[in-house]
Amino acid sequence: MNLTLYVWRQKGPHAPGKLARYEARGISPEMSFLEMLDVVNESLIREGEEPISFDHDCREGICGTCSQVINGVPHGPQERTTVCQLHMRSFRDGDTIYIEPWRARAFPVIRDLIVDRSAFERIIQAGGYISVHTGGVPDGNALLIPKENADTAMDAAECIGCGACVAACPNGSAMLFTAAKVSHLAALPQGRVEAKRRVCLMTEEMLRQGFGSCSNHYECQAACPKGIRVSFIAKLNREFIKALPRGTNTAPPSPSHGTEAKE
Amino acid sequence: MRVLVTSQVGKKVLMAVSGQLMTLFVIVHMLGNTTLFFGGLNAYAAKLHSLLLLVWTARLLMLTALVAHVVPGIQLYLENRKAKPGSYAIRNSLRATFASKNMVWTGMIIGAFLIYHLLHFTFQFIHPEQGASANIDPLGRPDVSRMVLFSFQSTAHALMYITALTALLLHLTHGIQSSFQSLGLNTDRSIPVIVRSGFVVAMVLFLGYIAVPLIILLGILKG
Ligand code: HEM
Ligand code: FES
Repeated sequence: MNLTLYVWRQKGPHAPGKLARYEARGISPEMSFLEMLDVVNESLIREGEEPISFDHDCREGICGTCSQVINGVPHGPQERTTVCQLHMRSFRDGDTIYIEPWRARAFPVIRDLIVDRSAFERIIQAGGYISVHTGGVPDGNALLIPKENADTAMDAAECIGCGACVAACPNGSAMLFTAAKVSHLAALPQGRVEAKRRVCLMTEEMLRQGFGSCSNHYECQAACPKGIRVSFIAKLNREFIKALPRGTNTAPPSPSHGTEAKE
Repeated sequence: MRVLVTSQVGKKVLMAVSGQLMTLFVIVHMLGNTTLFFGGLNAYAAKLHSLLLLVWTARLLMLTALVAHVVPGIQLYLENRKAKPGSYAIRNSLRATFASKNMVWTGMIIGAFLIYHLLHFTFQFIHPEQGASANIDPLGRPDVSRMVLFSFQSTAHALMYITALTALLLHLTHGIQSSFQSLGLNTDRSIPVIVRSGFVVAMVLFLGYIAVPLIILLGILKG
């Protein structure tokens, strides 16, 4: 296959960027999208040019680092598929492909196709955890969890934090990501304890990091490679409304655990 | 409760509640309009205006809802625009619709129309000589029918109303379903049902409203 690529090139966070045209020749349909870029980079290196910088790690669709918007769609044309799992057979010989980084104020470009997603980390640090007093390993099934709740939590936990939801959102909002984390923990008894504080702290942090708000366009669900659903956003909204009577909601964690668990 | 005005999620909750209150008003208003088709508009208006407490409660509630809707609406719009600097070379919308992407503009059109509509039919500053308070019907009631019939004889005027109602149709097509999501009243199973019902309600409202200028313009309803 021969393809024409327009790739976003940007030397650094503050440098201006632009789309540059490259020809990808002799690409096999069995290659993954990232392998195709490897081939292009090898030829760039041979010609003495700067190779295209892009993020990747596992190349098996679980780490969430590969972050490319392909023809305007985060992770490209195949549903529920990360860029690393996308294969060139999804394209046709002679196609023109536009490759750009995630675009959002909260995700500044580091170089070419690589963006800084640590804003997600800071949302997690704000409340995406449970405070536990470590001790002995609890007995199996000492804490009963209904199957339905366990399933909901597992579905939400599928989020790999890749940021495609932010990239797809016309508002650059991190609601799907935040909602997946909030729902995951709120579905489990261990997470209920801090549920009210968590939803407030995490959504506040989302705003502080420069993400937009949710207008319910549902672009995020369509772009998510892991099938995280917008019903989790409804769940986040429910959790937020339940937390309203608590006042400003930014109080430090109460030292006595279990007071909120009975709700 | 302070988070209702500071948090992005809180602002959306405010917008959803106020949007739903205004939608309820818009439904009742349309039902009231239908009295025109049976020649009962003057009687309806006279009865309604005799219920001062009801009228003023509704007015104050709507004014509050409007403020609670428009202020966060514009704030969020500006915030969201800042959060997304620049778009992609090719933009492929996967799910967003024309209606969902233009909420702030259809909202502004509704807002501008609202001011005009109040000046026109409520305060009767526009064509005051045709206003209901200037003309009494044979039963001694303010002649609302005459005012409405006169207004929509003008094609330009009728078209202006129809344009504003199209903006309302678009706003509610996305707005109704979106408000349920913002209030967390959604699950995987309810989402498609609510999306479709929201569209149906918005469409029924649109048709109910445009019927008034249309049948007058087409000469089906005469004075
Ligand atoms: C008067 C000027 C208006 C403006 C400027 C305005 C603006 C907006 C904007 C920008 C949104 C989208 C917010 C977002 O999701 O980011 C919105 C949503 C909405 N609007 Fe309006 N609007 C106006 C009037 C109305 C009226 C008259 C109604 C009802 C009859 C209405 C009903 C709704 C509903 C139900 C929503 C959905 C709320 C949600 O997503 O939770 N709006 N409006
Ligand atoms: S490289 Fe790990 S998900 Fe694509």
